[in-house]
Amino acid sequence: MILIALGGGLGALLRFWLDGKINAVARKAAPGWGVPVGTVVINVTGSLLLGVVTGWWLTHTGDETWKTLLGAGFLGGFTTFSTASVEAARLILSGRGALAAVHAGVMLVLAVGAAWLGFWLGTL
Amino acid sequence: MSRAANAALIVIGGMVGTAVRAGLEAAAPAAPGGWPWTTFWINIVGSAALAALVEWLATEEDAGWRRSVRLGLGTGVLGGFTTYSTFSVETLSLLSGGSWALGLSYALASPLIGIAAAVAAMAVLRRVRPAHREAT
Repeated sequence: MILIALGGGLGALLRFWLDGKINAVARKAAPGWGVPVGTVVINVTGSLLLGVVTGWWLTHTGDETWKTLLGAGFLGGFTTFSTASVEAARLILSGRGALAAVHAGVMLVLAVGAAWLGFWLGTL
Repeated sequence: MSRAANAALIVIGGMVGTAVRAGLEAAAPAAPGGWPWTTFWINIVGSAALAALVEWLATEEDAGWRRSVRLGLGTGVLGGFTTYSTFSVETLSLLSGGSWALGLSYALASPLIGIAAAVAAMAVLRRVRPAHREAT
């Protein structure tokens, strides 16, 4: 359990660092756009990787401890649902409801698609 | 707080959030082919809690202890507690398991209710603490 937690802690730190970098790049590339893309990239990437982990452990024999450590621990801590909801809520409360719908919708479709692609890659 | 201290707060917070989530998922695992209730509630409650936290902290500039609390409790604990990757893979497994209606409902209900919970939490805090707008 302590190792799963540690995985989650490191995932959270990587999320914080990556989110800052991505949003800084986005602000430079499109000033005034104001759409939080960091969380989208993080959640889609994390879903792809969890797909790989799930697919791999279904078709290969390996130590289950690693599956939990990487999946529930690291990738669970890396991706975040709460930030995604808060970002959409902020867009809604600032009168940009349509943008919030696009933000949440694009994230959902890309993340489930990425999980599917990752799962397929994992079973290879 | 130094950068290293804030990084440590995020790691410790992420450890706590992940441990609580993993404990709940182990205590109440989703039934195969059934609605993943544990992840669902974790994500909804976490969304409302994070919204309340950031709104509560938003009365003043994001610096000092406010920043440390936001990073430790928000980015760390609540960010680590909720999970998008498990949600995606659960959706995929419901869809590929043949229960299209269930998969689609889970995929839509989670973000919709999560966002609604966040909006509601923010609206309540703005009502309770109307001073926040002048300060920010």
